[in-house]
Amino acid sequence: MSLIDDKVMDTLTHQGDFIATPYEPKGPVVIDCDVKNIYYGDFRAVRDSRIPIEKNKVTGFIGPSGCGKSTVLRSMNRMNDLVESFRFDGKVQYHDHDIYDKKVDPVIVRRYIGMVFQLPNPFSMSIYDNVAFGLRLNNYKGDEEEMVVKALKRAAIWNDVKDKLKNSGLSLSGGQQQRLCIARAIATEPDVLLMDEPASALDPIATRQIEELMVELKEDYTVALVTHNMQQATRVADVTAFMGVDISKGGRTGYLVEMNETRKVFEDPEQELTKEYVRGEFS
Amino acid sequence: MIFDPFKASASDKTLSMPPSQADFLRDSAFRYLAYFGALSIVLLVAYIVFELGVQALPAIQTHGFGFITGTTWNASEEEFGVLPEIWGTLYSSLIALIIGGTFGVGIAIFLTQGFVHAKMEVTFRTIIELLAAIPSVVYGLWGIYVLIPMLVPVAQWLHETLGWFPLFSTELGGPGLAPAALVLAIMVLPTVAAISTDAFRRIPYKVKEAAYGMGATKWEVILKVMLPTASSGILAGLVLGFGRALGETMALAMLIGNVNNISLSLFDPANTLASLLASTFPEAGQIEIQALMYAALVLLAITLVVNLLGLAVQQYTMRKFEGKK
Ligand SMILES: Nc1ncnc2c1ncn2[C@@H]1O[C@H](COP(=O)(O)OP(=O)(O)O)[C@@H](O)[C@H]1O
Ligand SMILES: [Mg+2]
Repeated sequence: MSLIDDKVMDTLTHQGDFIATPYEPKGPVVIDCDVKNIYYGDFRAVRDSRIPIEKNKVTGFIGPSGCGKSTVLRSMNRMNDLVESFRFDGKVQYHDHDIYDKKVDPVIVRRYIGMVFQLPNPFSMSIYDNVAFGLRLNNYKGDEEEMVVKALKRAAIWNDVKDKLKNSGLSLSGGQQQRLCIARAIATEPDVLLMDEPASALDPIATRQIEELMVELKEDYTVALVTHNMQQATRVADVTAFMGVDISKGGRTGYLVEMNETRKVFEDPEQELTKEYVRGEFS
Repeated sequence: MIFDPFKASASDKTLSMPPSQADFLRDSAFRYLAYFGALSIVLLVAYIVFELGVQALPAIQTHGFGFITGTTWNASEEEFGVLPEIWGTLYSSLIALIIGGTFGVGIAIFLTQGFVHAKMEVTFRTIIELLAAIPSVVYGLWGIYVLIPMLVPVAQWLHETLGWFPLFSTELGGPGLAPAALVLAIMVLPTVAAISTDAFRRIPYKVKEAAYGMGATKWEVILKVMLPTASSGILAGLVLGFGRALGETMALAMLIGNVNNISLSLFDPANTLASLLASTFPEAGQIEIQALMYAALVLLAITLVVNLLGLAVQQYTMRKFEGKK
């Protein structure tokens, strides 16, 4: 056990102030996330990471747990503003505007940049109302029922729930709840969808369906996906960002090691660290 | 105006819309209302303290700190000291908290950890809530006519067999600390039980499941997992219960004997600040009223300190068990 730990510690550390080679986006960028530092209180969770999210692509985040994948993801729609000790130093340019600009209300940011969380968190209301929640919030004037059904179908949960739309969302099983939450998030067709290990509680079939959904969503929208599953990254991510943990200065600060097209990251990585991580996970 | 620099460049298929002007207005209206509510409570408390302070000022100037260390209350000599009352207040409340708290938490465990059927649970809860609804005069009368006569022989026996023990060093001759503290315990119990029950009920099912999944017995689950998890909530209940005991007036005035006396013995008569206020106020002259206002301030200060201490302990347990900063 400790042998493996030591190995991970060694390999996932760059000495000194390593900064990743900047990724050159090939297409238009929707969110240009440029992290200088992210703090929780005195704890520096992430440093120097520039991660551009390209339009109509799936951008994957991989890395050992605790390296700050969720932290970076949650910084991109100001979810972390809810954490009192959180402090963001840097810039997140969404289209033409910095979302951390003082004039910007985080509520508006979250309307355009939706989020699916790692653990299912349906509201204690009916399945239908869960999905319609966002539509009502956004004052949707069209056919609400049609949109709810559409979202449930795309989230691969329609067959499970079509006869019990009035039941509480909490009455579903864990995997079903997660798909309900995905339906809730996509019902308003958000411009960008952030997904934090959305499939970690799903069975392989549902996982495949969600992966198909991501590929489908990127036709019109943009997806950023944190995943622990290497195969999932290779299957759906067009671009992959690999993050590591820097323990050289006594802290446990995460940082971007390498970001590139997924095939390049997995088959011909630039950094030794990436190579070991990717190889280690496969074997 | 709503500042939305994103709509124009977002995908034209998205259904996302910024909140309307009305949404924002409601949001700020609600926020101001909440601020106003919070502020008015702070102002009200400040006003009460200020008003008490003004009334008590002459007494504070004449008696100063000696008021707190003094042990006699003699209006005709204008000699005022509340040390026995402070002692009686804290001592009676502490005993009440130990007894009422133990039973209260026990009841909460009994009701929430699967010892009784759900229907029985509702019945039990209702009965306990009824305890909180009984007026304190009724408790006082019950104490005088039922509890004291019952306690006298018990106290007599305890004194005779265990008289060397400081708690039983005197005889119970009617009203005294023991009946007062017992009645206080009954009054504290519903508060502790209700808040602890909520604290247990707030624990997510998965926590209990995890503990049983490790192969823990029911008692191990309760003592090692559920109790620590609920501890900050239970502490909140204990602090509230203690606060209630500190301020309780009527039943105590009827049962505690109203004698300025500092003693460890449970069977001695004693006095509390609230009881002093209630029983002395009606016939007090101007000078004595000023002293009573001073006593009220002291009671207020004690309550404040107890609440702050409770808060500190509660935050400590939250940090320790729940990882909250
Ligand atoms: N709300 C929080 N408060 C304090 N520290 C946090 C919080 N969330 C995450 N962290 C810390 O930040 C680091 C990165 O966490 P996270 O972004 O969740 O990592 P990952 O998602 O890559 O596993 C961890 O060391 C974690 O302990
Ligand atoms: Mg995470």
